[in-house]
Amino acid sequence: MKTFENIVCSFCGSLCDDIVLEVEDNAISKVRGGCAISRRRFLGPIDREVPRIDGQEAGFDEALDIAVEILAKARHPLIYGLSSTSSEAQAAAVKLGETLGASVDSTSSVCHGPGTVAKQLVGLPTCTLGEVKNRADVVVFWGCNPVEAHPRHFSRYSVQAKGLHIEEGRRNRKVIVADVRRTATARTADIFLQVAPNEDFQVLTALRAVIGGAELEGEAFGGISRDEIRTTCNILQNAEYGGFFFGMGLTMTQGTHYNVRQALSLVRDLNEKTAFAVIPMRGHGNVAGAETVLAWQTGYPFGINFSRGYPRYNPGEFTVTDLLSRREVDAALIVASDPGATLPARAASFLSEIPTIVIDPNYSATAKLARVFLPSAPVGVAASGTGYRMDQVPLPLRKVIDSKYPSDHDILLAIDKGVTECSASKEVLSMIL
Amino acid sequence: MLCVKGGSIYDPLNGKAGAVGDIYVSDGKIVPPAPGARVIDATGLVVMPGGVDIHSHIAGPKVNVGRVICPEHSRSEPVARTSVTRSGVGSVIPSTFVTGYRYARMGYTYVTEAAAPPLEARHVHEELSDIPIVDKGALILMGNNHFVLSLIREGDFERLKDYAAFLIKASGGYGIKAVNPGGGANWRKRGNVGSLDDETREYRVTPREIIDALIEVNEALGLPHALHLHCNNLGQPTSGETALETMALAKGRRLHITHMQFSAYKPTKGRPFASSAKALAEYVNRNPNITMDVGQVVFGPAVTMTADAPLQYSLHTLTKERWVNKEIEMETQSGIVPLTYRKRTYVGAIQWIAGLELFLMIENPWQISLTTDHPNGGPFTAYPWVIRLLMDRSYREEVAETVNKRALGSSELPKLTREYTLEEIAIITRAGPARTLGLANKGHLGIGADADIAIYRPNSDFEVMFQAAAYVLKGGEVVVREGEVVSETFGKTYIPALPERRDVTPWLSPVFSKFYSVAFENYAVEKEKYMPCEVV
Ligand code: SF4
Ligand SMILES: [Zn+2]
Repeated sequence: MKTFENIVCSFCGSLCDDIVLEVEDNAISKVRGGCAISRRRFLGPIDREVPRIDGQEAGFDEALDIAVEILAKARHPLIYGLSSTSSEAQAAAVKLGETLGASVDSTSSVCHGPGTVAKQLVGLPTCTLGEVKNRADVVVFWGCNPVEAHPRHFSRYSVQAKGLHIEEGRRNRKVIVADVRRTATARTADIFLQVAPNEDFQVLTALRAVIGGAELEGEAFGGISRDEIRTTCNILQNAEYGGFFFGMGLTMTQGTHYNVRQALSLVRDLNEKTAFAVIPMRGHGNVAGAETVLAWQTGYPFGINFSRGYPRYNPGEFTVTDLLSRREVDAALIVASDPGATLPARAASFLSEIPTIVIDPNYSATAKLARVFLPSAPVGVAASGTGYRMDQVPLPLRKVIDSKYPSDHDILLAIDKGVTECSASKEVLSMIL
Repeated sequence: MLCVKGGSIYDPLNGKAGAVGDIYVSDGKIVPPAPGARVIDATGLVVMPGGVDIHSHIAGPKVNVGRVICPEHSRSEPVARTSVTRSGVGSVIPSTFVTGYRYARMGYTYVTEAAAPPLEARHVHEELSDIPIVDKGALILMGNNHFVLSLIREGDFERLKDYAAFLIKASGGYGIKAVNPGGGANWRKRGNVGSLDDETREYRVTPREIIDALIEVNEALGLPHALHLHCNNLGQPTSGETALETMALAKGRRLHITHMQFSAYKPTKGRPFASSAKALAEYVNRNPNITMDVGQVVFGPAVTMTADAPLQYSLHTLTKERWVNKEIEMETQSGIVPLTYRKRTYVGAIQWIAGLELFLMIENPWQISLTTDHPNGGPFTAYPWVIRLLMDRSYREEVAETVNKRALGSSELPKLTREYTLEEIAIITRAGPARTLGLANKGHLGIGADADIAIYRPNSDFEVMFQAAAYVLKGGEVVVREGEVVSETFGKTYIPALPERRDVTPWLSPVFSKFYSVAFENYAVEKEKYMPCEVV
C-alpha cells in the first residue's frame, strides 16, 4: 500500500489540496479528507470503458485513426469542453484547433462566460480564497449553492474557515445568500434574499442605488423589500472585508452578463467604502484554467475561431450553443465534458447528426451519441498536470495510479500529429496530381 | 560551426564600437576563430549581442487578465500561423507565442518578467514556457509579504534571509522585487503609505525599514541582481522626492530603481505635476551604486498593471476605466487599468518628456536600461521608436513639437541636444541590463558568451533598423531572418545560485496551513515547470 498526501481534488472548482489517498494494486482504496463528491469520484473505477466506433468496441489506435480522419476532412470542426482536464491538455487542444482551423470553446460559454464578458466591461475586484478565509467578515453567495456543489468551500475558505484575522470562523462572519430558491446554502444564511425569478438585476440595481446614496422609491425590488435592501446594504458597507461569490443562478438567468456586470459594479462601488472582492464560483475542476490557457495562447478566453489561421473571438458566434444550434460545424471533438447532457436539446442533438469524437474517462451521454469514443486517463488520478482553482490559483494535479489509456493531453497531441501528417500528405498528393 | 563575418561589431563590454570583425559560434557559445565554419555574411551590417530586457510584464496572472479584459486591443492585430510559428495576437499585450516572436525579431534574446507572486508562480512559469526563443527570468514580489514584514518587525533578519531564499527557490524566481513596500499591506484595508516613514497598520514597520532590510537580504544572499524596486508614491507629485530619499537609503549598496520615469514628478502650481527628472538624473550621476530602467511612455493605448494596487485604484477613479484588483493571500496584490497616453494632454506629454530627460541626462549608459515597463508605458514593440528618439535629435524635436506645449515649455527637453551613439544603444539595450542583472554570459560577444546575436541592417531611420533584425541567432541557431521568425526554439529559465540557508519548514509549515488556502507541500513550483533552467 502506498499513501499519497496533499493530493488536489479536481472534482469541483474548489480544488481542495489536502486529500490523502491510499493506493493498493493500482487502485485507490481509501480517501481521507475530502467530501462525498470527492470520495465517490476518487473511489470510482477507472479503465472501465473501451474505445468505440459507432458504439461498437474497437481498438484504441483504430478509433484514433478514425478521429484523425474525421477531423482532417472537416471544413469547420468544433473543439469543445476542456473544463475537467489539465492546462497542458487545454494547450494541446488549442494547438489542434489552430492546426484544424477549428472553433475552440470551453464550458465557460455555458456557465461563467457571461461573467467574463462582464469583466471585459467593468473589470473585477477580486482576491484569492485565502484572503476570504483570513479577512472576510461578510460573505455573499449569489445564485450559487456551494453546500451542495462545492461541499468544502464553507469549511476551507469562506464560512467556517478560520484565518489570520477571522479567528472564530463562522462566528466572526455575516453570511448573505441571494437565490430564487431556499437552497441548502440559503438555510445557513444570516440574511436570505429570496429573489423573484429572473429579477436579480433589479435587486442588484437597488443595492447599488442605496450604496450610492440614493433614496429608493417603491416598496420592493425583484421580490426584496426596501427594508431588506437597506439592511443588506448596511452589512455590506460596514464589512471589514467582504467576499462575494456568484454562480450560474446569476450568469445563466435572464440578463446574463448584465446581471454580472451589475454584481461586479456593486462590488466595485463598495470599494469606495471598504475592501470587497468578488470571485466567480466556478463549477468544474479546471474551467478556470480553460479561460486562462486560451487567453495566454490566443489572447481570448473562450469562443474562439481559427478558420483564418489566427484566433478570432466572438461569444454568440463561435460559442458552442450557437455553433451547434445554427448547424455551422461539420464535426465535433468533445474533451472532458458532457454537452450531450447539459446543452439545450436543439444544440445537443446536432452532435449526433455530425461525426462527433469524445475524449473522456467516462462513457458519457455525449459519448453515447458519438461516432468515436476515446477513453482517457482521468486527470488528477491517473494523469498529472496543472489545475486552476476558481480564484486562478494554480495547483498540481497528480497521477497516483496508472491507466491503460493515455491522458487527454497525449491523445490530443496524437490527433494533432495525425492531422498534420494527413494534411501534409494531402498537400504532397495535390502537388503530384 | 558558424561565422558571422565582416560585420561592424558593437560589443561595449569588450570595447568594440563598430570595428569590423568576425564572430565564431559553436555549440551555442561564442568561440575562438577556427576553420571550416559556415558563413553568415554580415558585411555592411551591425552586429550586437542579443537584447536583454530588464523589466517587462510578459507572463502570469495579471498579464493574462489584462489580455482577457481588453479584447479590443487583440482584435486590432491578429497574427496568423506560419509553417514554423504559432498564431496569436499582437498589439498591446501580445499572446505568449507572439511575445517571443516579437522580441526575437527586434533582436532581443532575454526578458525579465518583472513581478511574480509566489502563490501564482506556477502560472507565471506555465506562460513563460509558452514564450518561444527568448531566455527568461522572473522577479519575486516580497515588499508586502506577511512573513517579510513580520520578520522585519521582529528584527529576525537571519530568518528573513532564510525565508527570502526559500521564496526565490519555491517560485523558481531570479531575484527580489518590491513594489510600493508597505503600501500594499495597507491596501488590504484600502489604505496606502504616504512617505518612507509611514507605518503600515498591521505590521508597524515603515517602507524605509522594509527597503533597507530587503537590500540587506539581497546582498547577504549574494543575488546576481540588486533589489528591484518600484518606489513608494509612484505616479504622484511627491514621487520624485520619495525616489531621491529612497536612493539615499541604499547608502552605497546596490539598488535598482525600476521604471524611474513614473517616479520622476514634482509638484507644480495649477497642474498635476511637473518633471523632476533632472534632480533624479543628477543623483544617479553622482551614485554609481544605483541602476535604473526608464519605463518610457509611448503615445497610444497601454494597459497599466502593477502590484501597486492603491495606485491603480486612484487611476481608475480618475479615468473611470475598467478596474481589476486582486489580493493574493499573505503575499501581494495587483491592479489593472487600461490607459491611453495622449501627446496633446499635459500629463501624457510630461510623462513622455520625463522619460526622455532621464535618458538624456543620465550620463553613464551602464546605469540606465531601456524599458517601457511593458505594457504599462506602452508595448515593448515600441523600443525601436524610442531608440530613434534617442539617436535622432531632429526627429525627437519634430515629435516634441506635436506634444502639449505647456508641458514642453516647462521642461528641460528642448535644451537637451544629446544623441545616443550605436554603442550607447548597445549598452542600454543589452550590455548594461545584462550586467545589472548579473548575467555574465549575456550582453556581450566575448569568448564563452552565449551565442545570442542580433544583426541589423543600418538605416538612417533607426526605428526601421531596430524593429526587424536582418538575422538573429539564439544559442547559435538562426531564429530570425529579415525580421521573420524562421525557427521556433525555446529558451531557458534563469535562476540564481543560492547560498545554503536554514530550512524554513519547521517554523513556516505550521503557520502556513493556518493562513494559506493551499498546503505547504503544494506551494513550491515543481522544477519541471521551468526546465530547462540555467543557474547563475
Ligand atoms: S469540495 Fe470540491 S474540490 Fe473539495 S473535496 Fe469536495 S469535490 Fe473535491
Ligand atoms: Zn513593471
